[in-house]
Amino acid sequence: MPEKTFKRKLRSGDEATRITEHPILSFTRGPEVTFYFEGRPLKGYLGETIAAALVANGVRVFRYSERHNRPRGFFCAVGKCSSCLMIVDGRPNTMVCMEPLREGVRVERQKGRGKI
Amino acid sequence: MAKEQIKHTQIAIVGGGPAGLSAGIVAAKLGARVCLIDDNPRLGGQLVKQTHKFFGSKSHYCGTRGIDIARILEDELRATGCEIILNTTCIGHFRPNILGLAGAESFTKLTYDRLIVATGASENNILFENNDLPGVYGAGAVQTLMNVYGIRPGKRVLMVGSGNIGLIVSYQLLQAGVEVVAVVEALPRIGGYHVHAAKLRRLGVPILVSHTIKAALGKDSVTGAIICRLNKRLEPLKGTEKRLKVDTICLAVGLSPLVELLSQIGCQIVYIPELGGLVAWHNDDLETSVPGVYVAGDVSGVEEASTAILEGRIAGANAVMSLLGKNNDAERIIQEAKRELSLIRQGPFGEKVAKGKKRLYALNQLTQA
Repeated sequence: MPEKTFKRKLRSGDEATRITEHPILSFTRGPEVTFYFEGRPLKGYLGETIAAALVANGVRVFRYSERHNRPRGFFCAVGKCSSCLMIVDGRPNTMVCMEPLREGVRVERQKGRGKI
Repeated sequence: MAKEQIKHTQIAIVGGGPAGLSAGIVAAKLGARVCLIDDNPRLGGQLVKQTHKFFGSKSHYCGTRGIDIARILEDELRATGCEIILNTTCIGHFRPNILGLAGAESFTKLTYDRLIVATGASENNILFENNDLPGVYGAGAVQTLMNVYGIRPGKRVLMVGSGNIGLIVSYQLLQAGVEVVAVVEALPRIGGYHVHAAKLRRLGVPILVSHTIKAALGKDSVTGAIICRLNKRLEPLKGTEKRLKVDTICLAVGLSPLVELLSQIGCQIVYIPELGGLVAWHNDDLETSVPGVYVAGDVSGVEEASTAILEGRIAGANAVMSLLGKNNDAERIIQEAKRELSLIRQGPFGEKVAKGKKRLYALNQLTQA
């Protein structure tokens, strides 16, 4: 079951981590915000996209495909591939790789086509 | 509530990467009223995640990191007073010369006299079992996560493709503290610059030529990969499968030009493999088969940022001349940029594009019909 794996990953938490030291780059992150993924509170930073914040929290499955119910995740990060469509504050088919993270935003996995 | 606006500009530019920015700088400096549209919150296109230093000559920023070039070009464009519309997607084109621009809460119809399309390219995928599994990422996406947001995409990565993007992103993954288990390359030789490959090899990353990925393993996300050897005809060799424990598979297998907008406008689209697949036909002044519509950068043939900058200059100067008449400054910019382009394309990595462009220009007669 996908959900079980997800919970386990969330607890271990270090599947994908924030880079703190880097030989070239320094990351100036915005203020920390709390958002909700499938009802669970997660932390992210203003200035990043919802997709980035989810990956940083170890979330890999963003939605399930329409016909075969296959898990889909982050892929292109530039708003071109539609792999990351999710329900954001009740609005389906939101490309979370382009959607900025906001305080309190509610993000849910989408199954198949979104219902408007 | 979405509100609708109508605006007009002399030269509209779609895309704020190196090509679009350079086109805007040149066009605005030559006296045209320019409006540049980009769907991202910041300008620079793919430069904003390129931490490596560029090769080439001074005039296209050799020795400067991509992230810094983005800033230099943006400052230069802003200083011209060009109108910049961010967070806005060009969702369509209406006859005769209207762009439909969708922002988060607004819809704008932008009419233009001349149009420069610099929409870039999108990541390719390749066929293998489970290639849609979460954890299979495009190389550009990995760069965005790592270099823009400072997030590691995983712990152990398999890189597919040894072109410059594959090699550079592998090195950047190491810099970010991620293990690169291997780089696989279908061809019998490494695709990118030797200096990049040597850096990886020194750090112990195996680059396996004549190898490809056969399957991604895992149920909800990647937990492994199966790779295998290929023969000279690029067919998998039985019994050579190897299982790798990885949590991320990064695809650096090329880009395809984003020609949808040009196709909708009615530009003649042609298939030139050396340029990345389907491209809008254009001449060496970068004008397409629809008069007044120009292309620049990866959308005109997948290449690199320095050539995108040069093509942007040519398209920008030509658009201005066709609008405001011939002008010595514009002519000079075009001549210089064309000379530099042909120099770059004489190099070992420009050869392919040079061949593709030659084939494209030879199609001249076809498009006149």
